[in-house]
Amino acid sequence: MAMTRDQINEKVKETLMDALGVDDDEVTDDATLMGDLGAESIDFLDIVFRLEKAFGIKIPREELFPAENLLNDSAYVDHGKLTGAGLERLKSQMPHVDFTEFEKDPDLNKMPDLFRVNSIVTYIENKVNAA
Amino acid sequence: MRWIWIDKFVEFESGKRAVAIKNVSLAEEYLHDHYPGYPFMPASLLIEAMAQTAGILVGQARGFQEKVILAKVSRAQFYDLARPGDQLILEARLETITPEAAIICGTIRCREKLIGQISLMFSHIDKNLAGQEFPQENFVFNNEQFINLLRSYEAEKP
Repeated sequence: MAMTRDQINEKVKETLMDALGVDDDEVTDDATLMGDLGAESIDFLDIVFRLEKAFGIKIPREELFPAENLLNDSAYVDHGKLTGAGLERLKSQMPHVDFTEFEKDPDLNKMPDLFRVNSIVTYIENKVNAA
Repeated sequence: MRWIWIDKFVEFESGKRAVAIKNVSLAEEYLHDHYPGYPFMPASLLIEAMAQTAGILVGQARGFQEKVILAKVSRAQFYDLARPGDQLILEARLETITPEAAIICGTIRCREKLIGQISLMFSHIDKNLAGQEFPQENFVFNNEQFINLLRSYEAEKP
């Protein structure tokens, strides 16, 4: 069943409110999961479970939040920054994320800012409407 | 031996649900301080009782091969106090289990009344944190005493 972006947006926000115990006015499109909404590593798994249930889809491990496995590879990380190859790889793994800002300075410390509410909505939109 | 905070299981459906009992007794010392003259079980210990009920349900579902740790208390709401003399009925239902983690929803009843609702998330720790390994000895299910205890009950079954 096709869903509009608004419908998906609303359901994703409800999911995040439940998983992270935040209020609806905090879950803005641009809010970062870790910085703004206080998500910790275990919350990402919780969010994936809840999204699977809410949308009746299967979210393969490391597809929505794939950054972790990349960080342990020296070809992709150099002096605390992603290398060109690392950035390309991350971009191909996360087509649902907007890299415009991050690309200017791919500092690992700024990676948490990549995970925003609207990137989840885009991911789900691609997934639901491709099915 | 690990600290065991539930008295017994009264129902156990592998991979689905478990019901355990915890009797609240003034013989337990913490009640003397919480609070003097008005004893009741702290919410943290109600959560612990649910975590043990649910943790064993989750562990058993994978043959006690995983290191199961409590990763998140997603919800804990209480509607009444658990006081000395009460018998708590803790029911945990397994909502989701995957190679990495499990989610359970639980209720606590006493005097035929719902007194608490708790949702917990458990992590299979070896499957998370980028494959980092953890020592065996810190984990309840890999503790020989715990498994032997279970076996001794199994052996006594009619």
